[in-house]
Amino acid sequence: MPIIDLANPSRFLSFANRAIPWLGGVTVIVLAFGLNQAISAPDDYQQGATVKIMYLHVPSAWLGMLCWGLMTVAALGTLVWRHPLADVAAKAAAPIGAAFTLLCLVTGSLWGRPEWGTYWVWDARLTSELVLLLLYLGVIAVWRTVEDPSRAARAAAILTLVGAIDLPIIKFSVDWWNTLHQGASVFRLGGSTIYPTMLIPLLVMAVAFTLLFATLHLAAMRNEILRRRVRTLRLMQASAAT
Amino acid sequence: MTTEHIAHLPFIVGSYAAAGVVIAVLIAWVTLDFRAQRRALTELEARGLTRRSASAPAGWPMSEAKEKA
Repeated sequence: MPIIDLANPSRFLSFANRAIPWLGGVTVIVLAFGLNQAISAPDDYQQGATVKIMYLHVPSAWLGMLCWGLMTVAALGTLVWRHPLADVAAKAAAPIGAAFTLLCLVTGSLWGRPEWGTYWVWDARLTSELVLLLLYLGVIAVWRTVEDPSRAARAAAILTLVGAIDLPIIKFSVDWWNTLHQGASVFRLGGSTIYPTMLIPLLVMAVAFTLLFATLHLAAMRNEILRRRVRTLRLMQASAAT
Repeated sequence: MTTEHIAHLPFIVGSYAAAGVVIAVLIAWVTLDFRAQRRALTELEARGLTRRSASAPAGWPMSEAKEKA
């Protein structure tokens, strides 16, 4: 099936119906493998066993940002190209991105208590990540409060584009300000500073979380298309009754 | 198991439990929402309501409603 065909909601539904079980199955296998790798990975010489929290925290942080990046592309699709599935993709992604960002903050706090001696500090990285969560909640609130889907889509798209400013702030906060949060250690000039016995489980977990996101997003998009069909039929029913 | 391991265990277990809860909630959300939307669509189509452009693929509520009828 050419990828352009997926712009048609009916064809997208057909594709999603076939892809979700396969994608879900692959996600379960990779996640199980990643968890096994994470649990059996060695302790860090400084962090000790708390390094195991990193295998959840880092992929959650990446997914929180990746999801907003996807929503930013979808926002352009809504405002510029008026793609029929762009706002469906953005609306479906927001709660999933919020959940991963929340998980990033929770696991970060649980790592911070034994390592930093505190659950929270108003550090640039932590604060910009919290701002991302608030932005997600703002987008979800827009979708829930504006009744007309096309108006809600435009308002959410504008908020998403404005909120995209937070992504480079999160990424470079550890370089621009003197933060308690450590600097980049995986994707950096000069290569990763993490030893392969810990880097490989981390990358496997990142792939597993990405597959999980893809599965959930596809399923949430399918739900959103069905919701719009239900809405259309209810409007037809209401207009026929009057 | 060292003293450090025992001291850090609640934080590690707490993190993995939090991840389990968040993932379980997300899966439950998409699954329950799918069932609700599909049920609503089947009911509306069973009442004879169809979209003009409707061409539901096999296995979807439209064909199910027709089979029931």
